[in-house]
This record gives sequence, C-alpha cells and structure tokens, in this order.
Amino acid sequence: MSDLDLQNKKVAPFASSETIDGQIATLNLGPTHPATHGIFQNVLQIDGERILSAEQTIGYIHRAFEKLAEHRPYNQITPITDRLNYCSSPINNMGWHMTVEKLIGAEMPKRVDYMRVIVMELARIADHLVCNSVIGVDTGALTGFTYMFQEREKIYDIYEEICGARLTTNVGRIGGFDRDFNKTFITKLRTFLKEFPKNHDEFGSLLERNRIFMDRTIGAGPISAERALNYSFAGPNLRAAGVDYDVRVMKPYSSYEDFDFNIPVGNDGDTYDRFMVRQLEIKESLKIIHQALENLPEGDYHADIPSFYLPPKEEVYSSMEALIYHFKIVMGETPIPKGEVYHSVEGGNGELGYYLVSDGGRNPYRLHFRRPCFIYYQAYPEMIKGSLLSDAILTMSSMNVIAGELDA
Amino acid sequence: MEPLTTRASRVVNKEMTFGEKIYLPAIFSGMWITLKHFFKKNNTVSYPEEKRPVAPIYRGQHVLKRDDEGRERCTACGLCAVACPAEAITMVAAEREKGEESLYREEKYASTYEINMLRCIFCGLCEEACPKEAIFLTDRLVDAEFGRNEFIYGKEKLVEKTDQRIDVSQRQIWDNH
Ligand code: SF4
Ligand code: SF4
Repeated sequence: MSDLDLQNKKVAPFASSETIDGQIATLNLGPTHPATHGIFQNVLQIDGERILSAEQTIGYIHRAFEKLAEHRPYNQITPITDRLNYCSSPINNMGWHMTVEKLIGAEMPKRVDYMRVIVMELARIADHLVCNSVIGVDTGALTGFTYMFQEREKIYDIYEEICGARLTTNVGRIGGFDRDFNKTFITKLRTFLKEFPKNHDEFGSLLERNRIFMDRTIGAGPISAERALNYSFAGPNLRAAGVDYDVRVMKPYSSYEDFDFNIPVGNDGDTYDRFMVRQLEIKESLKIIHQALENLPEGDYHADIPSFYLPPKEEVYSSMEALIYHFKIVMGETPIPKGEVYHSVEGGNGELGYYLVSDGGRNPYRLHFRRPCFIYYQAYPEMIKGSLLSDAILTMSSMNVIAGELDA
Repeated sequence: MEPLTTRASRVVNKEMTFGEKIYLPAIFSGMWITLKHFFKKNNTVSYPEEKRPVAPIYRGQHVLKRDDEGRERCTACGLCAVACPAEAITMVAAEREKGEESLYREEKYASTYEINMLRCIFCGLCEEACPKEAIFLTDRLVDAEFGRNEFIYGKEKLVEKTDQRIDVSQRQIWDNH
C-alpha cells in the first residue's frame, strides 16, 4: 500500500499490504475486553481467524509506582508493592523487605526466614491456581475454575490470620513480621495442607489428560528456549520452555537452600507446557511448606534492629526511649546507608527484582521494579503471530500477564 | 540447553495413550466429578443475611477509641497522618479547655479528625503508628454511600460511642504463641 493510495483513500488506511483472501481486518483486542485479563490493548491484523501481526499498547493502568515510591519513606512502600502482582502480593511485600534488609545489612533469624517461606509459597500456590484455572476458562472449561477459587479463598483466609487482609496483604515489616503465627493460622494451614492436594488432583484430572484440553493447548503460543532467554524470560514461562532457571535455587534467599524441591521444566514452551509446569510447581510448593512447617525454628519473629523495627507497643505506651524510636521510625528518620542494591525473588510468575539506589535520605533515590509481566508482554506479538485468535487469548492467560504488574 | 541445576525434572508428556485418544473416558470422569460436587456443602455465603467469619485482626473501618472513663484518647500528634501512605487522614488540633477533662484524656486533642475512606487503602499503618492506643482498624466494613462526600468520615462516625464500645483487645495481642 503506497502513501498515494492512502491519500486518495482508495484503500482503507488500516489495510495490510499482503492479503490472503482479501479479508484483512483490524481488530482491537482490548483495552476493555472480557477475554483479556486486565486492561491490555492489542491491535491485531487478522485474516479471517488468523493473526498476521499484532501490536501491543501498554500503560492503561500506569500509576507511576516507581516515582510514587521515591517520595515515600521505606516502610510506606510495602503497600505499593501489594499492587504490582496482586495475585501474589506477599511475595512482593517480602521481596521489598528483603531488599531493604540487604541495603541496611540486617540478618534475619531463621524463624523469620521459614515464616516468610511458608507465606511466600502459599502466595505462589494462589498465583498458579489463578493462572491455571483461568487457562481452563479460556479453553471453555469453567468448572475447574470455580473449584480452584474455593481453594484460593482458603489461602486468603490463612493470610487474614497473619496480616488482617486478603488481597492487598501488606504482610510483615522491614525486619520480619509484626506478629507471630497464631494458633488459628497454624490450624488453618494444616487443614489446608491436608485437604488441598486431593482437591487439586481432582482439578488436574479434569484437564491434564483430557484430550480436548490437550488438543487445544498443545502447540498454542509456543516460544523456544533461546527466544525466551533473549527476551529475558524467567519463572514458569521460561521453565516451560525447558530452562531450569529458578531464583530460589540459583540465588537462594530467605533460607531456600535448606529445602528440598525439584524444578519442573517443560519442552516446547507452549500453553500446555506452561500449564503443566505450574501444576507441578504447586506440588513442589506444598513440599516446601511441609518442610518449613515441620522444621519451623523457635525464636523471635523479627530481627534485632531497634533503629528500623518498631519497638513493642506496650513499651511505646510506657517508656520514653521506645517512644522516641517509635516516632523516628514512623516518620522515616532511620539511618539508611548510602548504597545500591539489587535483590530478586522468585515471584508468582517470574523473577521479581528490586533495584534500589539510596542516597541516605528518607526516600529511595531511585527504585526500579523488575516486573516479569512487562517482559512477557514484549514477546506476546511474536508468540501469537500466525496463530488463531482464540489461541492468542489462551497464550495471554497462560503467560499470566497481570495488568497491575505490567504497567506498574 | 545444558541444565543449570541438578534439580530439574522434565515433566510434560504430550503423547496420548489409546484411552486418552478416544476422550470419552475423560468426559465421563469429568462429568462424574461435577456430579459429585452437586452433593457437596455449599461454599457460598448469602451476604448480607449471612456473614463470613473474619479474623480478629481484620483491617476494616477505623475506630477512634475512648479510654475506660470515656475520654477520647487521641492527642492529635499527627503520627497516623504522617504514616499514611495514601494521605487519607487530616486533623486539626486544639487545646483542652478547663472543664473538658472528662472529654479528652490529654491536654491536646483533635477538634476535627477526618479519614477519606475513598483514599484509604486499609493498610493498617496508622494503627501501627499510633502511640496512644487511639486509632484501630476493626472488622467492620465501610458501607456504600450515594455521594463521594459521605465517604469523608469525621469524628462523629469514627469515635466510638460510649454505650457501644468496640472491642479491639484481640488486635493488641502481638505475641501469641
Ligand atoms: S490517632 Fe493516634 S497517631 Fe493519630 S493523631 Fe491521634 S494519637 Fe496521634
Ligand atoms: S489504613 Fe492506611 S491508608 Fe487507611 S488511613 Fe490508615 S494509614 Fe491511611
């Protein structure tokens, strides 16, 4: 199509130069479309059902989190991280806490590490449950979704016992937890660990070896290991392509080196591989929680860092020294050292990194979130080119792109 | 690609057996599972007639506590407003006059205290910041309203009534093994 043609309006401005049966159309998939999980826009050129090219737009729910965080004291940034990948906010919270602890050089007691591992693995299960049940929905199998969301509710009930919220958890503080696991937490967790595997297997038996589901997902939205690495994929989506990269094993944090678990990997990086990798990671996470719960060390639920961790409330009400520390910490007047740290955790859907530059002030000088969804979404046009429209939806849900994390 | 670790396990099997290829067994086993679920306990709650039990530390609508003698505890130190990441709290401080000792516990008190419930993200940082046991989040939910202005809760909605005390003792147990 030449510019001249465009000027003379001989052809519609959106027509592509190459037509297969002369039926090329532009389709706006999104920004508000029931089949996209969040606010994404994709401008697709389609020939019938086949996608010729795709172009994605991001930023519909950009909230400038990095800049917002640069104007907040360190402890007030945790609620912001809740809203990145809101399917697994505890991982984001604790990743941030660990980043600051790395900057200030604080050592956590083993108990804090193990408590964090338990909550983070629960969050991973919740995240994977959402993704896998939604893959089911996009292939037309709505039933499994309702069963798995009941399980996710139970995980949220467990969160509620430790932090008081269900979705935007804001769990813990810099330096550990604000309260210890209580009895209800432990009881709920044990019941969950007992009942969940059965229900999860039931969900698996609905889809895993069902030919309709397999035919639908095998070969949909594949990406090779090489391309995935070039895009710097991480997490389940990279593992589905056959690379056994897992931050928990490669760069252990929070005592992950103490636990024995496997890394499930796939072969071709298609939707079925991603589904299966997540299914098995849920089982590995359960193994980790069991180990952490059985070996939960005794001790404090927070580190001994009085200039960063709030003193106990009873002391604040009665002692002057505690009150001064309390005021200083709440107002953000903590002795944050100058420096630059990068810390990454294995988030619900990939390597979630925090790059923090501090100039010693009360706010971070610069804070960057390495958000895995942002990276996956860059590869999306390449992955769906040449596939059918319905496979594009499936690819999106199987990559678990979360709008809150994509746009930050 | 070479494996990076010794822990990798290849898990995906895309070959179908004969039984899986004819897919009818899978359909029937799926239907059997859904049929079994008909007879299971219902997992939904008919809100608002029926309410889900919530944890004692649930982070819902705030309360400004009074002390045992019914005096307001808040001393308008402003720490909750400083700690609030959503900038939802505003207050005006005033000096306690003679004769008001039975109303306010400290010499300074908040003459107006407002929380914008539309800004609030229920993070609980104000509760964590308060040095006077004055503000707590509770397990109540903020009601729906018709106008945006009605979401700015002043003292009349926040301060607990002397005859309807709100129990927050469970939230104050931080260290319960
Ligand atoms: S509620 Fe607490 S923190 Fe807020 S002004 Fe009153 S005394 Fe200070
Ligand atoms: S709960 Fe959080 S957002 Fe709401 S008023 Fe308190 S500090 Fe502000």
